[in-house]
Amino acid sequence: MVAAAPPRESAVWSALAEIADPEIPAISLVDLGVIRGFAFAPMPSGGERLTVELMPTFVGCPAIDVMRGQIGARLTELRVADEVTVELTFTEPWTSDRITPAGREALRVSGFAPPMTIGSTFSGDSLTVLPIATCPYCASRNTTLENPFGPTLCRAIYHCADCRQPFEAFKPV
Amino acid sequence: MSDLDRETRDALAELLLSMADDEFVLGFWDSEWTGIAPILEEDVAMSSVSQDEIGHAKALYELLAELTGDDADRIAFGRPPEGYRHAALMNHARTDWAFSIARRFLYEHADAVRLESLAASAYQPLADLAVKMRREETYHILHFDLWLRRLAEGGDDSHARLVAAIEQLWPDAQAVFAPLAGEACLVAARILPESLEPLRARWLERVAGRLQAAHLPVPTDAGGPAADGRTRRTDEFAWLHGEFTTVSGSEVGATW
Repeated sequence: MVAAAPPRESAVWSALAEIADPEIPAISLVDLGVIRGFAFAPMPSGGERLTVELMPTFVGCPAIDVMRGQIGARLTELRVADEVTVELTFTEPWTSDRITPAGREALRVSGFAPPMTIGSTFSGDSLTVLPIATCPYCASRNTTLENPFGPTLCRAIYHCADCRQPFEAFKPV
Repeated sequence: MSDLDRETRDALAELLLSMADDEFVLGFWDSEWTGIAPILEEDVAMSSVSQDEIGHAKALYELLAELTGDDADRIAFGRPPEGYRHAALMNHARTDWAFSIARRFLYEHADAVRLESLAASAYQPLADLAVKMRREETYHILHFDLWLRRLAEGGDDSHARLVAAIEQLWPDAQAVFAPLAGEACLVAARILPESLEPLRARWLERVAGRLQAAHLPVPTDAGGPAADGRTRRTDEFAWLHGEFTTVSGSEVGATW
């Protein structure tokens, strides 16, 4: 994707990749898959505006405003455009399948089981949304769901019967 | 679709307001369980579900604000109790756990039927939001279907409380599908892909099937939603309104 990107676009992607998710700082906004894209456009008053499209993981995610603020501040620092706007978009739903392979590994290393891949259809049955999670500490599949709701909207709580550790999993959504 | 005629725009505004108020008011009622639910896991679950609903309300109020040139916070907190348009189902206080579970069960299925239909709405911003919200609501359905079974089979006390709550809430639950003044106009514009009465029939079928599977009585047909199903307000709601407007009322311009 970035292979042929002009330097200005690459600089924006690199800057976005440095911004950590406010709730799970181990993963960047780019690896979380919440950046749909961005575009430069001339403004009627002259100068250029950079507009970033941000996809909320959950509609009610309270970290959205923090993300918006961080993206705006970081890209303004870059001085690649005269103004920076961050727009929320639901044009396509963010799904947990958008988390990159690097992002999934970053989640696992920091103690979160990455979400099971859903694929193109979301059937909504219990096996899809409440699957067996692999323990991020010992890789055991001998785990049980303790609570489909966790400390943030995007997390569920599991327990590993082998290493006897509670752990959190990112919800498939 | 900023080129909507005035009649269609007013009808759409009424639809968005009714949905947003359902989610907003129920989100506030059930957030009261934080810290006092029967088990610790439910403190977390009910708080998370409530946070989802208030988030959905916020997104819907923002669509409405964009449509009418208003402000989402003003719409959410700046109306007197009689200005709210939630279904009568949300007029009741949280009461006991069985009552709250009964209400969530009845509402989650009504909301699911509504969102499934709206995912095909000709008003694209609403269709997009419905698609996204459905993925989250899936977790709510699974959770409250499970609680229905637990209380139904939990013992005489939980069974009796659940049956009584469903019986009491049944007429007001129909009000989620109370006709909107501009409904014909919304159906003609394909903003509502179907009118609300066939949606209510679909909801009844789903809810009845689950009640029967849990060996719970299905209340007799309430004969459709009452005409004032979305305008009747209660002292209990007036109290909740006083609670959730405390901050906005004491600090003008405060944001949530």
